[in-house]
Amino acid sequence: MSTPIIEFKNVKKRFGDTTIFSDFNFTVEENEIVSIIGPSGSGKSTLLRILMTLEGIDGGYINVAGESLWHMHWQGQYVPANSKHLHKMRNHLGMVFQHFNLFPHMSVKRNITEAPMRVKGVSREDAEKSAEKLLNLVGLADKANSYPNDLSGGQKQRVGIARALAMKPSILLLDEITSALDPELVDEVLDVIRNLVKEDSFTMLLVTHEMYFAREISDRVCFFDKGAIVEEGKPEEIFISPKHDRTKAFLNAYLGQ
Amino acid sequence: MNGFSWDWAFAWEVLPMILSAAKVTLLATLLGSIFAIFMGLVFALLRRSPSRILRNSIYWLVEFIRSTPLLVQIFFLYYVMPEFGISMSPLMTGVFALGLHYGAYLSEVFRSGIDGIEKGQWEAARALNLTTIDTYKDIVLPQAIRPMIPATGNYIIAMFKETPQLSAITLLEMLQVAKIIGSENFRYLEPFTLVGILYLVFSIVAAFGIHQVEKRFPKEGFTLK
Repeated sequence: MSTPIIEFKNVKKRFGDTTIFSDFNFTVEENEIVSIIGPSGSGKSTLLRILMTLEGIDGGYINVAGESLWHMHWQGQYVPANSKHLHKMRNHLGMVFQHFNLFPHMSVKRNITEAPMRVKGVSREDAEKSAEKLLNLVGLADKANSYPNDLSGGQKQRVGIARALAMKPSILLLDEITSALDPELVDEVLDVIRNLVKEDSFTMLLVTHEMYFAREISDRVCFFDKGAIVEEGKPEEIFISPKHDRTKAFLNAYLGQ
Repeated sequence: MNGFSWDWAFAWEVLPMILSAAKVTLLATLLGSIFAIFMGLVFALLRRSPSRILRNSIYWLVEFIRSTPLLVQIFFLYYVMPEFGISMSPLMTGVFALGLHYGAYLSEVFRSGIDGIEKGQWEAARALNLTTIDTYKDIVLPQAIRPMIPATGNYIIAMFKETPQLSAITLLEMLQVAKIIGSENFRYLEPFTLVGILYLVFSIVAAFGIHQVEKRFPKEGFTLK
């Protein structure tokens, strides 16, 4: 088996007195699509946020693409990562947020070109060309000059996806990307992801409450509860014949069976 | 009844002198504002520095500047600094003192403006791997400036009204010139009244201007090229 592209080893994470992860282990293979489901407060989003370096860890190690995310070698020692190391590591990762977090003062086009231009030094011309392609991909070619506040929730999120893709991450983190949307707008966003994985291979880690989507798109589904993976396996295993009582109870509540 | 009856001829005679002193007042306010905005931004950003020592030092420095009278600071800069080999003209001292004093106040305005930016904006910037500088320059400040305009404007008007304190270090601003005119002619009514009216007019015009700037400022902020 090849080296996993993401590897959590004995990770600890606390928020004040609340322990999210006490000893968390988790791996993702390259080009694997993994859905994380589970009740809220179980640490699903925290997992993604730690990978995106939006949250630190209180213990353990995380490897991304064969390199330690939160640590680095310095003068023969293993030390907490500095901002330069984190900057380098973030290039592997892209994230789409539940609440979009688009930049409201920038046009849709500029939302997408901002990071490639500033971070990667791509010329404006090239950045705009690839922004056009991405907007085509998410079906918003006509919205390049609109501003986020003029878009519907579903459109905003599709821009959010295009913006993340513009940095060409090898790992895409999707944090409840349809949870803030009206039900009728969910599918237009999920369709973008469906097309995306059809056209290209991605390592994708998604936290979601869309059970049917998770079942359809994932290579593996992990059921999370209280900071641990209670049960994981192929979508059919988890959704059709879950073994653990907590998984059963959760799925029953969710799917209304 | 000398001094209790308004003398138009005298008022017209001294107006040019007062107006030319008004230029000094306005210049001190303009340069003071620029310096205050610069210092305010520097203080506000340093208050958010990752270094705790730096954060705390700036906090106490700002508290110190805000809690001591402007006049003491003006005197200190003008009479004490030369003993350390730093001497400046009355105007430059005034600009420096006003800028520092109001920069301390403005830093709180800027800080709360920056704090008002949603956490999600910072997180998106980080997820896109923008540097801290680019995050401030492209994402945070362009959105934070509009809500800062009214309070910043009020402080600049307040600063304008404090310029007479610079007469204490011999700066020939409006009030000082009016006082000199008064003592030379034994008539204070006209010069001081004119000064009062000019302050009123300038303040009203400035308040209106600031309101216009706020109104016309794009609601979402602006994008740098």
